[in-house]
Amino acid sequence: MSSELPSGVERRSFGGDDEWLTTRGEPVYDEPTDGEWRRWDARRSKLGAMFERGADHGLEGGETVLYLGAAAGTTVSHVADFAGPTYAVEFAARPTRDLLDAAESRSNLFPLLKDARAPETYAHVVEPVDAIVQDVATRGQANVALTNRRFLRENGRLLLAVKTRSEDVVRDPDAVLEEVLETLSEGYDVLETHSLEPFHEDHFGVIATPR
Amino acid sequence: MTEHTGRGWFEDVDPADLDGARDAIEHGSAEGPGEWPARAVEADFADDEADYYDLLHDATMSATRDAVREAETAEDRQLISSVRAMDDCERVANELAERVAEWAGRQREGAGSGVAYARTLADDDEIADRRLASLAERVTELDDEAAALRSHIERTAPEVAPNLTGLGGAVLAARLIALAGGLKQLARKPAGTVQVLGAEEALFAHLRGRAPSPKHGIIFTHEAVSGTHPENRGSAARALAGKLSIAARIDHYAGDRRPELETELHDRIERIQAREVE
Repeated sequence: MSSELPSGVERRSFGGDDEWLTTRGEPVYDEPTDGEWRRWDARRSKLGAMFERGADHGLEGGETVLYLGAAAGTTVSHVADFAGPTYAVEFAARPTRDLLDAAESRSNLFPLLKDARAPETYAHVVEPVDAIVQDVATRGQANVALTNRRFLRENGRLLLAVKTRSEDVVRDPDAVLEEVLETLSEGYDVLETHSLEPFHEDHFGVIATPR
Repeated sequence: MTEHTGRGWFEDVDPADLDGARDAIEHGSAEGPGEWPARAVEADFADDEADYYDLLHDATMSATRDAVREAETAEDRQLISSVRAMDDCERVANELAERVAEWAGRQREGAGSGVAYARTLADDDEIADRRLASLAERVTELDDEAAALRSHIERTAPEVAPNLTGLGGAVLAARLIALAGGLKQLARKPAGTVQVLGAEEALFAHLRGRAPSPKHGIIFTHEAVSGTHPENRGSAARALAGKLSIAARIDHYAGDRRPELETELHDRIERIQAREVE
């Protein structure tokens, strides 16, 4: 089930035996670089881990993207390197400062300090998108995906990182995932799920399309 | 899914007016998304889509920078309230614990003192006086509330002021922010003022010529000062206050974490503590 990387994402070796994902852009968090290419560490990025696990992400490069839960901008900066217009929504003020730094040199990255549970507060800015990447660590992750479905074009993709411990710390992660998928099915057809171990414990990657 | 479901942020905004654009991004809303780039070009807001995205980038950067600053100010207000509430809970718990001990001392042999004693009374099922037992329970609850507030402060202070918290600990960071009236206000104070924050009474006595100048205020609670020989405490307090005010300025103006501040302080205090004393 391996799939190709979007154009603008490459594997490079950095002179060692291991190959790493990379994108081309201004470095943002002291990551190693190889010429213009900067390392995209899957251990620090759920989307990176989905790529490493061979998820069928459906991205070719140049897409319009809505990124929910952008945090300090680590992953979204890589997304903006290979995608087209990229809308980055983050709710917490402090990480958003770092997100602003990452967005400074990326004219296609639009940072928004907004609550992903309230899409009407940013729908006047965000256009319909080809892909939604979601990585929010709160309860009700499936509901966030459902309420943001309005942004996704008909043949678009949802790339969702589910943190099972955010839903319930003590329950079995697989049971929690089941429940998330159940809720998700109210608005999406789930195509694939992937465990994101060993990169991220208790995390799953979910690929879905709007139904 | 792509029908027009509201008005875009750019409508009624002059492309040259960044303040207006920022305001529209921050406070506008729509039910759903629209084909904003195309509509902005149609509405003559932008020359073409590339121009639109440039304007959008400037507007979102500016609006978000503004919103972050505003949200963080609100966060330091919360921190100030938490630390004041914690101090109130501790103070009242201690006062009531004294009353409980005095009351209990009239009824029983070997009554103890303090909040710890009130706790044992509250847990004692055999105690005959319901009113005394109930008062002891209130003390326990207040003490628990103070502890809950303390852990709340320990969670939030690193968000509001990461470097100040790294150097001084969460509670001291919160106290300094509270004494100054906010992180911004603390960042604007000279190190000499930070050194004596919380020692205003002693400072004014000194200014009236009745006392020596205070060497330290609330920062005395920091190990770097209290753990230094009294003869060298002035130097230690000055060194600590200097680093704390640098930390407050980084936290307010930059916001990134600089762990090297802690190493620098540690080395400096080590040298001061190694000095000969009589």
